[in-house]
Amino acid sequence: MTTPINTTAKFQILNLAVYHHQVPSLRNLTFNIPDRAILGIIGPSGSGKTTFLRTLNRMNDLLPDCHAEGQVLLDNRDIYHPDFDPVKLRKRVGMVFALPLPLPMSIFENVVYGLRLSGIRNRGQLDETVESSLKSAFLWDEVKDRLHTSALRLSGGQQQRLCLARTLAMNPEVILLDEPCSGLDPISTAKIEEALTILKQRYCIVLVTNNTKQAARVADLTSFFLMGDMIEMGPTDHIFTVPKDQRTSDYVTGRFG
Amino acid sequence: MRIPPKITQAIAVTLLGACTALTLAVLVYIIVSVLDQGLPVVNWDFLFTKPRDMGRAGGILPTLVGTVLLPLLALLIALPLGVGTAIYLTEYTRESKATRFIRFGADCLAGVPSIIFGLFGFIFFVVMLGMGWSLLAGGLTLAIMILPTLIRTSEEAIRAVPNAYREVSFSLGATRWETVLKVVLPNALPGIVTGIMLSIGRCIGETAAVIFTAGSSLHMPLSAMDSVRTMSVHFYILAREGISQENAYGTAAVLIISVLTVNLTAYWMMNRFIAQRNK
Amino acid sequence: MKFNSEKIVHYTLLVMAFSAIASLALIAVFMLKEGLPFILKYGLGKFLLGSTWEPQSGLYGIFPMIVASIWVTLGAMLIGAPLGVAGAVFLNEFAPRPAMRIIKPTIELLAGIPSVVFGFLGVMVLAPFIRVHAGGPGLCLLAAAIILGIMVLPTIISISSDAIGAVPNSYREGALALGATRWQSTYMVVLKAARSGIIASIILAMGRAVGETMAVIMVAGNAVKIPHSALDSVRTLTANIALEMGYATGMHRHALFATGVVLFVIIMILNSIASAAMRRKIGKS
Repeated sequence: MTTPINTTAKFQILNLAVYHHQVPSLRNLTFNIPDRAILGIIGPSGSGKTTFLRTLNRMNDLLPDCHAEGQVLLDNRDIYHPDFDPVKLRKRVGMVFALPLPLPMSIFENVVYGLRLSGIRNRGQLDETVESSLKSAFLWDEVKDRLHTSALRLSGGQQQRLCLARTLAMNPEVILLDEPCSGLDPISTAKIEEALTILKQRYCIVLVTNNTKQAARVADLTSFFLMGDMIEMGPTDHIFTVPKDQRTSDYVTGRFG
Repeated sequence: MRIPPKITQAIAVTLLGACTALTLAVLVYIIVSVLDQGLPVVNWDFLFTKPRDMGRAGGILPTLVGTVLLPLLALLIALPLGVGTAIYLTEYTRESKATRFIRFGADCLAGVPSIIFGLFGFIFFVVMLGMGWSLLAGGLTLAIMILPTLIRTSEEAIRAVPNAYREVSFSLGATRWETVLKVVLPNALPGIVTGIMLSIGRCIGETAAVIFTAGSSLHMPLSAMDSVRTMSVHFYILAREGISQENAYGTAAVLIISVLTVNLTAYWMMNRFIAQRNK
Repeated sequence: MKFNSEKIVHYTLLVMAFSAIASLALIAVFMLKEGLPFILKYGLGKFLLGSTWEPQSGLYGIFPMIVASIWVTLGAMLIGAPLGVAGAVFLNEFAPRPAMRIIKPTIELLAGIPSVVFGFLGVMVLAPFIRVHAGGPGLCLLAAAIILGIMVLPTIISISSDAIGAVPNSYREGALALGATRWQSTYMVVLKAARSGIIASIILAMGRAVGETMAVIMVAGNAVKIPHSALDSVRTLTANIALEMGYATGMHRHALFATGVVLFVIIMILNSIASAAMRRKIGKS
């Protein structure tokens, strides 16, 4: 199911190439990512989907032998410009990882971790944010009575929703998700997908997924990555029913995985 | 005549077991005999009064104070340096010639015998910098001595923190230092504390480095420039000068109990740390 | 601005990181500053090979001390190495697991006993025993070697045990599958594989023995003469420094620092050999 696409571009990718140890992982990508919509990224393993996602919040900077060329414009400003502060960037562009990664603290502390970094100390404000974030992640009812117990005691699906809430608490503009439901049970997966469908009304969401059916369910736009190139991008139903490229068609019909 | 292998094995294992038993017996004997002769001497008076007649009578209070203050001062100096070095090596650089050089320096420092520390501390802190025999000179010298241990244990503890935690912290907009302070260090704390305990144990038992830098005054130290006598120094003097065999045993008993307690605590903490990590 | 404070942190930590190297350099510089001029003036050969140490007459030959240190250390190794390695082998290969889990940490804990306590018991128990059963003053080379041998046991056991434990189980199983007994598999396969680690532990222990001061002062007798038997009173390099430092001045003091330099060099050499041996072990497995 797709909604009409808002043509305001949140991200403009211009001639982006990324190299790991001098070997290209991404080759010359140029396209736009719209705001208030879900962009699904599909493709086989090793295609560069995660690498691409990590360029959007400059997490690749943390890898020693990785460098990027080209431009990534967020609201028309290049995030790779030397004057652009990556720390501030990551407060605007949040990320949920493939494995549920709660910090070894209480549920409450997990959610407010980023807020505390920004200097927010007001207890009332923190409580409010915790409640609204956990509600948006469909986790509030399950944990509201044990906010100060360890986050490590939650189940995998709950932990991942906690990670989503943690990201939402920062009030970002963009949410990046890297195969967030791999390894989760169908109910948790459904809850996260439901959350995303509501969240896209306020955020730009980029979702990398190995599960093409998930992209079909949830994404407004879908792009197909293969071996470092973006082969095709378009409205989800087009990609899945009338793809322009043969390779896209082969992938979505399951000829290779 | 060829001895059947099973018999060779039996002989060998018996011999090996005997060696192990002998080792254990000797070490246990040392502790037991000191405690046996020394504990009767140790009472409230012994611990908390000042020595009289150069230690022939009275207690060991000033030496207790010295034994507490000296490692404390050494830690105050060495702990930030050691943890700071460990943080730098793990969080702020990659392996390079510089890091190998730093580690080489720490390893070499670890192999320097205490008498050389005593010599150095004497000529540099006591004489050249004019501190005289003092708590300060002793503390600085001991600080250099425990630095390698602190670096090594802190580095190990920091490396053991899973990388995932760092990634999460960064993705939420933390700087590297904020990540170290709020995520890495709190999780590495048990390992670091183990290193602290081991260092304290080493300071308590140290004599050669202390006697040439902190001196051997029996007065209660009132400032950092005062000379102090630690328990191990006191024990050494009592024993060598033949002042009081009784009090020597008593001091030795307190000394051994302190060292064993500290090391046992360190060992127990390390085990808990490892168990928690593997959960 | 966050950028700048991060840079400040980075450089502060960098400076801190060089504290170990800086301390080492300081120590080396001062030892040399105090000792080297003496060596150059007095003559290295006369210093190392002279048999008379009489500061009041201006004679500073440390040969008897070098010999004493060598013999004491060798003696300590003769006692400590076989016992230690045997203990390590037994604990790792033949002792039941719960026993090993208790005994090994106990032995490591006992490594924390201060050296002065060892020395004291040497004086109170060992020296009289030697005097009664073997003759001589009791406070002698033999006593020092025995005490030092005991003191290095925890080091040898601990590191050798780690080396033996690091040998992959497949080695043992391979030997056993060929019909070897446990002892044969240990001695033919495991010990060979752990050899570098065990040797490293022994060399490391040698470094510690050479540097040991307090215990040796208490039991070795401290006479400045070349020992002709194990029952002779001897003075090691470390004892020489510690005994006279308290009142030495001028050239005498510089001679003691020079002794320290010699000691430093010997130990650095031993430690480098041990490190090289340990690195070979890691490289191989």
